[in-house]
Amino acid sequence: MPAYTAPDEKGYFGRYGGRFVPETLIPALDELTEAYLQLKDDPDFQRELNYYLITFAGRPTPLYYAANLSRALGRQVYIKREDLCHTGAHKINNALGQALLARRMGKQRIIAETGAGQHGVATATACALLGLQCEVYMGAEDMRRQALNVFRMQLLGAQVVPVHSGTATLKDATSEAIRDWVTNVRTTHYIIGSCVGPHPYPMMVRDFQSVIGREAREQILAYAGRLPDAVVASVGGGSNAIGIFYPFVEDEGVRLIGVEAAGRGLNTDAHSASLVAGEYGVLHGSASLVLQTDDGQIRLTHSVSAGLDYPGVGPEHAYLKEIGRAEYAAATDEEALGAFVWLARHEGIIPALECAHAFAYLKDLAPTLPPDAVILVNLSGRGDKDVAQVAELLTREGQDAQQDS
Amino acid sequence: MRTERLETVFESLRARGEAALIAYITAGDPSLERMPDILRLLQDSGVDMVEVGFPFSDPLADGPVIQAAMHRALQHGASLPRVLETVAACAPSLRIPLIAFTYYNPVQRYGLERFAQEAAAAGFTACLMTDLPPDEADEWLTCAQRRALQPIFLLTPTSTTERIQLVAARGQGFVYCVSRTGVTGARDQLPPDLPDLIARIREHTALPIAVGFGVSKPDHVRQIARIADGAVVGSQLVQYLHEFADSPNWQTAIGEYLRGLKAATKRSEAAP
Repeated sequence: MPAYTAPDEKGYFGRYGGRFVPETLIPALDELTEAYLQLKDDPDFQRELNYYLITFAGRPTPLYYAANLSRALGRQVYIKREDLCHTGAHKINNALGQALLARRMGKQRIIAETGAGQHGVATATACALLGLQCEVYMGAEDMRRQALNVFRMQLLGAQVVPVHSGTATLKDATSEAIRDWVTNVRTTHYIIGSCVGPHPYPMMVRDFQSVIGREAREQILAYAGRLPDAVVASVGGGSNAIGIFYPFVEDEGVRLIGVEAAGRGLNTDAHSASLVAGEYGVLHGSASLVLQTDDGQIRLTHSVSAGLDYPGVGPEHAYLKEIGRAEYAAATDEEALGAFVWLARHEGIIPALECAHAFAYLKDLAPTLPPDAVILVNLSGRGDKDVAQVAELLTREGQDAQQDS
Repeated sequence: MRTERLETVFESLRARGEAALIAYITAGDPSLERMPDILRLLQDSGVDMVEVGFPFSDPLADGPVIQAAMHRALQHGASLPRVLETVAACAPSLRIPLIAFTYYNPVQRYGLERFAQEAAAAGFTACLMTDLPPDEADEWLTCAQRRALQPIFLLTPTSTTERIQLVAARGQGFVYCVSRTGVTGARDQLPPDLPDLIARIREHTALPIAVGFGVSKPDHVRQIARIADGAVVGSQLVQYLHEFADSPNWQTAIGEYLRGLKAATKRSEAAP
């Protein structure tokens, strides 16, 4: 495989990416790109970021050999434990990076969007740490589903702004955050939580998150003595997946597999699988694969997991799919719930519902690989935030947590 | 007959000592059936050009009023082809030029070439896409120019000299000057730095300049007429079209509002 150099200087990954935003934001994006490219290789900035990643966020996170899953599946399963990061998910890697960048750029006010609330909590945390003012846009429906995270953000000193438009989920929260940014662009930095949005966000978020893959690659070489056969991660906007995929992109023998939310099934409209079922389109500032109607209106989506409930996806994933470097599959709500309980029961780890989708797919994937196969799964967040919702769902389905899965 | 260039409209208005009154409506709100009557009312009330907004599910650059209007329009089935159809049916009876105002996704989905061709055939003179900055518009410019559809671009208080030069080089019809950083929506006052922004733009282009965002009152229009070539009113008009939708007197109320704005574009009367 030739050296992987995407994106180009206009922020394109093949035909995906770019900057499809109101003119007001273009100078801010230019300024951000310039600041980021300069700081990216600045030893002083990297030292500062690493200091906080290590002493504050708890990096490096462990790579865990999942002996029980490995026995059950007859394959070697390694889990990258991003759930052990401070704040409980990988989102802190990017939030710290961007908050430090914002401070260097002299922006005192931070805004963010959040779906499950993990990115909102991570941003609120980074802002509390660095003394920045923080407002988080969150869909009213997500605020209901993730009440605990709303309280955590408030506790951290952030203001949580409810968004009622559309489906009152992540898509609408993102639109509202962009509107805020258009209005307050001179004083405000927008910390996008996933590898979506206009250039330079998809590249910058990938770079901040690829600490996951860099560590995991080193760790698995040390523990398993070789590269994995497959790397599996859940995909909503795609930041945890791109973070673990990117350092493996040039390792041709390593399959990269993203798992989206099939919701109530890909044969219904109630899913969020943009890579599997979407088409070329523009949403929230970049061209990618988008769930849309024949008229180019953005579709309403569904997933049991608030963090995956989004009609778009990072442009780099669309590109990796197009060039055949990554594969994308989807798991239903039901399969994810099953995997949620399965992982809790077999490994003593309660995963975020988002990551439960990756583990659901792992069950299907393992038997198709040779018996000595090594599989690396990214566990991007812990499931404490989802426990109340899962209890409600299991009760509704007539199951209870005691039942064997 | 379809106006070929918006510049000619600005020229004749300038000769009469007037700025252009440009009105924005969201197609399909309150209904597509009413759109021909609305367009005629706008023309009869002194509006010089109309921006016809194509509804989009996720209008990033719009405030709550136009978001709600687009949502209602989509509920009523105002899809892109139906808007084109409705405009095509009534444009021949209109004297004032029409500008297609849209987000990029529905248009790219429909096909850039097909949209340019059908929009021009329907009677549109120009087209503005809120989320398509000139740097991303190569393919669109080719399609628009082939069909003689004038591409309009926006400049804002954050625009640098390079951005102004880019819009000057790529835009036609007029420069849409966004009065302030933010989304669409009525405001009490125009920002104090507006004259400086217009002066900065004038340094680099001979295109007419129209000011929009936050323009809703005769006093705003009067101030703009002194320094620019046109004023765009949107949210307030959209709000009235919605509020008076079920009133038998909707045309009277809205006609009065627009005539008040049009009077304020006349520079002889614009003296303080």
